[in-house]
Amino acid sequence: MYAARLIDLTKFYYLGDNVVRALRGVSADFPQGDFVAIMGSSGSGKSTLLNLLGALDRPTSGQYILSGYDVGKLSDDDLSQIRNRLIGFIFQSYNLIPQYTVLENIQVPLHYRIDSRNIGSAEMNRCLDLASRVGLGDRLDHRPFQLSGGQQQRVAIARALVNDPEIILADEPTGNLDSQTEKEIMDLLTNLNREGRTIILVTHETSVAKRARHQIVMKDGLIHSEGMFTTEGEK
Amino acid sequence: MPFANTLRTVRLALKSLLLHKLRSGLTMLGIVFGVFSVIAMLAIGEGASAQAQKQVLSLGATNIIVLTVKPPADSQQSQNRGSSRSMQVPAYGLLRSDYDLLVSTLPTISGAVRMREILSEAQYLQRTINARLVGSTTEYAEMNHLQMLRGRFLSDKDEADMANVAVLGAETASTLFPLEDPIGQTVQVRTHRYTIIGVMRSRTASAAIGGSMSGQDFNKDIYIPLSTFRVRIGDIVFTRLSGTFMAEQVELSQITLKVREMADVVPTSEVVKESLRKSHGSKADFDVVVPLELLRQADQIRHIFNIVLGSIAAISLIVGGIGIMNIMLATVTERTREIGIRRALGARQRDIISQFLTETIVLAGSGGLIGILLGLCTPLAFEGLKGIVNNFVLDRSSGTSQMSKMFTEMDPKIAWWSLPVAFGISVGIGIIFGIYPARSAAMMDPIEALRHE
Ligand SMILES: Nc1ncnc2c1ncn2[C@@H]1O[C@H](COP(=O)(O)OP(=O)(O)O)[C@@H](O)[C@H]1O
Ligand SMILES: [Mg+2]
Repeated sequence: MYAARLIDLTKFYYLGDNVVRALRGVSADFPQGDFVAIMGSSGSGKSTLLNLLGALDRPTSGQYILSGYDVGKLSDDDLSQIRNRLIGFIFQSYNLIPQYTVLENIQVPLHYRIDSRNIGSAEMNRCLDLASRVGLGDRLDHRPFQLSGGQQQRVAIARALVNDPEIILADEPTGNLDSQTEKEIMDLLTNLNREGRTIILVTHETSVAKRARHQIVMKDGLIHSEGMFTTEGEK
Repeated sequence: MPFANTLRTVRLALKSLLLHKLRSGLTMLGIVFGVFSVIAMLAIGEGASAQAQKQVLSLGATNIIVLTVKPPADSQQSQNRGSSRSMQVPAYGLLRSDYDLLVSTLPTISGAVRMREILSEAQYLQRTINARLVGSTTEYAEMNHLQMLRGRFLSDKDEADMANVAVLGAETASTLFPLEDPIGQTVQVRTHRYTIIGVMRSRTASAAIGGSMSGQDFNKDIYIPLSTFRVRIGDIVFTRLSGTFMAEQVELSQITLKVREMADVVPTSEVVKESLRKSHGSKADFDVVVPLELLRQADQIRHIFNIVLGSIAAISLIVGGIGIMNIMLATVTERTREIGIRRALGARQRDIISQFLTETIVLAGSGGLIGILLGLCTPLAFEGLKGIVNNFVLDRSSGTSQMSKMFTEMDPKIAWWSLPVAFGISVGIGIIFGIYPARSAAMMDPIEALRHE
């Protein structure tokens, strides 16, 4: 069973007469429970690929099948629902909503579920569980500016999990963190993967990439190589 | 449960707005004043028309009141000088023949009553009151909506007999007879005594009419038959004014005509004016007051207030709306990143629209609520305004116009239906001026928005 399949995916940007071929035909399969690190030099197309995987954009050609949906053919509203229900985003700069508390930030994806927008006691308990799971059970009323970078990223992880997504997409999740915090966050993600969650992350750090089950290296809009590091450094 | 969701959206909108309290407060000001003006305008309009209706009712909607007016001072002085030499008393005002003429020539009237009045001291034992002595006929009470408290009013027989009887107004009675029963007692006015046959019920003063400044206060009246007035007091009345005696000759002080049909009131009043002008020539010694026209004057006041306050309201609301739109556009730019985050987390374009629209509506609606609270203070504010008008504006202008008089006698009445309407307007402003910023927020490309610093 595949969580996501990419079939000859291209993405071109048209800037006046110039065409930027950000992705030139990418095919890949991500089985459920996979943990992939995407690497590559700057400008190689990593972010573009992640945006497509995250249903934030549609491919120029090719197919992206996510949980059986052909994402390229969906309307804008449907893409929103795909993002809401099937994808959990984790960003380099955390991207919490500054005026909201920890708890309210975790709840944001619940507001945008089309079928059930209510936050009942079941949803509330889920949010509280997730908060304590990422170690912030006692910071529910804190606002983002009152938290460290690592804590903010934990809130983001809890938020990514609240709708029980098919895949978790992380764009350099530890890019702004020191190595100790990086390790803590990666431990958290590794545990999630062990529970069966599919995780795709973009990173520059080999220390981070090594924690994944396998790696994809991008170059000039194509997958240049795929490989496997042995996972090491486990407690 | 869409209600719970709406509540949550509103609560979260408030949260965002409270992040910038000063900014939100200043942004609301235009709406606050706009809504305040709407409510004040309607309250003043309502007050004006209520006042006019009260006046018209108390004066009689189908009545035409013809008054004796003292001719302007300059013509009178020359008359006086001539008269002091020839010992002639200046004569002016309505004549008994005027009454006969009007009654016999106007087919549209159903009744008419004459009246002669002087201000005079009335006395019982040691007690005195500055009363108004009114000589009139039995119809006077009904024509002026006066009600008996005790005894009876003047009758046709009193008139025919020139009876020495009097009916007291409420205050006259209570001043002269604080303890005793006045009926059967005698009251002295000038050199004559009258047997008291009745006491009137107390009555709120009716509107000022024509040139007279104060409203008619019927409570200090003493009524005697017109025929008695004529034989006891006569047409010539002497008054003592700063040491010198003044005399003037007046036959009738007032004629009130009752018109049968409402539609005939104004045309009949024109005929009355015309025929009196013919018989009185150039002498400006009478005035014709049509209570029905007070309604028109009230409409004029309301119209002026509607224009002034309506413009203030419209301008503040539009300026307020533009201000809100400006701030919301700035907010949207400022929160581009937040919009990107929400889109990534699954917000549809319409969710973003409803989020920012809700914020704008909450902002405008709060302004509306504050404006409504201010508007509820209109009657209070109006009292202050009246004080200013009385002290500064009316003092300086010598000729007090009917309009400023109505202004000072009027009390604004909050039109309760205007409160939800005003709130609706403020919400409407929020929607109209919130659509564009909300749409521009929703149209953002999620990827661009996420990248925004
Ligand atoms: N919105 C865009 N418009 C035009 N060109 C773009 C856009 N986004 C990315 N690109 C271009 O596509 C290429 C791949 O970019 P990106 O996916 O961001 O690379 P990476 O994340 O690996 O650094 C780059 O040449 C970049 O300039
Ligand atoms: Mg990138």
